[in-house]
Amino acid sequence: MNERALIDDEHYEHTLRAEHTEIIDRENIVYEKPGTLIDIDMHYCPGCGHGVVHRLIAEVIDEMEIQSEVIGVAPVGCSVLAYNYLNIDMSEAAHGRASAAATGIKRVMPEKYVFSYQGDGDLAAIGTGETIHTCNRGENILFLFINNGIYGMTGGQMAPTTLEGMKSTTSPFGRDVATMGAPLKITELIAQLPGTYYVTRQSVHTANNVRKAKKAIRKGFEYQKLNKGTCFIEIVSNCPSNWKMTPIESNHWLNDNMLPFYPLGDIKVPKNGGK
Amino acid sequence: MKELKLMKGNEALAEAAIRAGCDAYFGYPITPQSEVLEYLSREANARTGMVVLQAESEIASINMVYGAAGTGKKIMTSSSSPGMSLMQEGISYIACAELPCLLVNVNRGGPGLGTIQPGQGDYFQSVKGGGHGDYKLIVLAPATVQEMSDFVKEGFELAFKYRNPVLILTDGALGQMMEKVELFPQQERKFEELDWAITGKPESRPKNAITSLHLKAEKMEEINIHLQKKYREIEKNEIRYEAIDCDDADYIITAYGLVARICTKAAQLARKKGIKVGVLRPISLFPFPYDVINKYADKVTSILDVEMNAGQMVEDVRLAVNGKVPVEFYGRMGGVVPDPEEILKVLEEKLVGVAV
Repeated sequence: MNERALIDDEHYEHTLRAEHTEIIDRENIVYEKPGTLIDIDMHYCPGCGHGVVHRLIAEVIDEMEIQSEVIGVAPVGCSVLAYNYLNIDMSEAAHGRASAAATGIKRVMPEKYVFSYQGDGDLAAIGTGETIHTCNRGENILFLFINNGIYGMTGGQMAPTTLEGMKSTTSPFGRDVATMGAPLKITELIAQLPGTYYVTRQSVHTANNVRKAKKAIRKGFEYQKLNKGTCFIEIVSNCPSNWKMTPIESNHWLNDNMLPFYPLGDIKVPKNGGK
Repeated sequence: MKELKLMKGNEALAEAAIRAGCDAYFGYPITPQSEVLEYLSREANARTGMVVLQAESEIASINMVYGAAGTGKKIMTSSSSPGMSLMQEGISYIACAELPCLLVNVNRGGPGLGTIQPGQGDYFQSVKGGGHGDYKLIVLAPATVQEMSDFVKEGFELAFKYRNPVLILTDGALGQMMEKVELFPQQERKFEELDWAITGKPESRPKNAITSLHLKAEKMEEINIHLQKKYREIEKNEIRYEAIDCDDADYIITAYGLVARICTKAAQLARKKGIKVGVLRPISLFPFPYDVINKYADKVTSILDVEMNAGQMVEDVRLAVNGKVPVEFYGRMGGVVPDPEEILKVLEEKLVGVAV
């Protein structure tokens, strides 16, 4: 399927118009804000994937009816304020240390669903040690790894996942692999560890991909009850502001540049389908 | 009936953690404190169900403490000087988020990789806020293996009373040496749901967030004012010290931890020679017993401060004395432990000799 065709400019305009209308018959509602998503303005830039992923987490929590059983951790990065948007108990964490904090929580509250929500700089640069060892211990937590190939919050510096040749404020002439190293495929790396149970790469840049990502997130939560190891979901995302593109351009760019290097799909799945 | 045992300081501390009903310990091996992790790995889980986890680094262990302490359970870690340095960022987060927990530093000689011999060079790091920002730990300094045990229980109580991290600052000698210790009875591990803790949000309360992030300057100042108010309260209520033969003394030695015991011996030797010496041992290094030392300064000719460092607590002693009498300093560094005779000699040369 041509993914580009699914990014429909008119769809965005339609969404905007919908804000000025009202649904009279509640029974006709087919789509609304999930209860676990707090109804306030987010600080995320327009078109950023974080908001979509937050919503998916909230939808899954609502559908599984586990709001009282979930504890989330969001470390330094654009999503550090996630606790303002998700109506669940959450902890901020120091840069790179979300999975250590999540380990601490899960070890003393093993009956809860624990997830960490981390960006690429956090999970694959400063927190690489914690990421690998948390996965290697097979902590029964869910990683949600948002990879947009750049440091968003600090203003667009080179990340461990920045593509070769990609420009950032600290690779102004493009990432030079000879001096800056190659982009790190940490998801493939941790999939090699026996401690990981379910490893997948998803995206939220088209409606179709949003649906697939949601299914993966649901699996990630459900598998946690099996106590069989770490679930790890990478979501290849965009950063319109620091990529210096419109939201739609950034989704096209993601499709044409990020996905060939970070191909979507499951990397490691339970042998018996997680039964 | 009393339960008496001959134990290493590190083991007495680990045993006390189990008995205090500690829920989880996260740590990383480092000499001279590895016995804490080893003892707990061997003993704890089978006896009380306590979680014991060897982390991949001190950075990971302090952040595991941060995460777990957010649930309101009794959480601890221990390390020695270089490992404590690695933990400082996490400790700053813990202090700002007001998470109760127990930290232990079995101080060794530094700086750098230093030595595995005992030291007191981490005084500044411990009491002045070793990480970034304005924060305070409650710091307790044991001088005996008995106190290595007792302060674990007391440390947890203070941590929860004030929602503040508590640090036991001890040293490699106390960690390694064996003494008789009276163990306190096993306390039940029980979980109390605290209104601020992250335990999974039930319908009955709003969500909780553990955080030290407040982007608006005014809000961040508000948090700071709240913390400072709490620290003043701690200063008012929690000062602990031991005054040994200070009331009739002409000279006072100030020292903490193991050094205070060595100085007590030096003071006894001095008294045999007719020199009236007392020892003032701060037990809580924060809050520091400024007023107590200030009052004794009215009664004595001069004060000698002795430490296993280049002179750290002496700055607080001088603040306390506020120029009333001379405060001399004697220190050994790099893991060297002073003996009573050399302290007596310094006392005679620097204090008594001058007075005559």
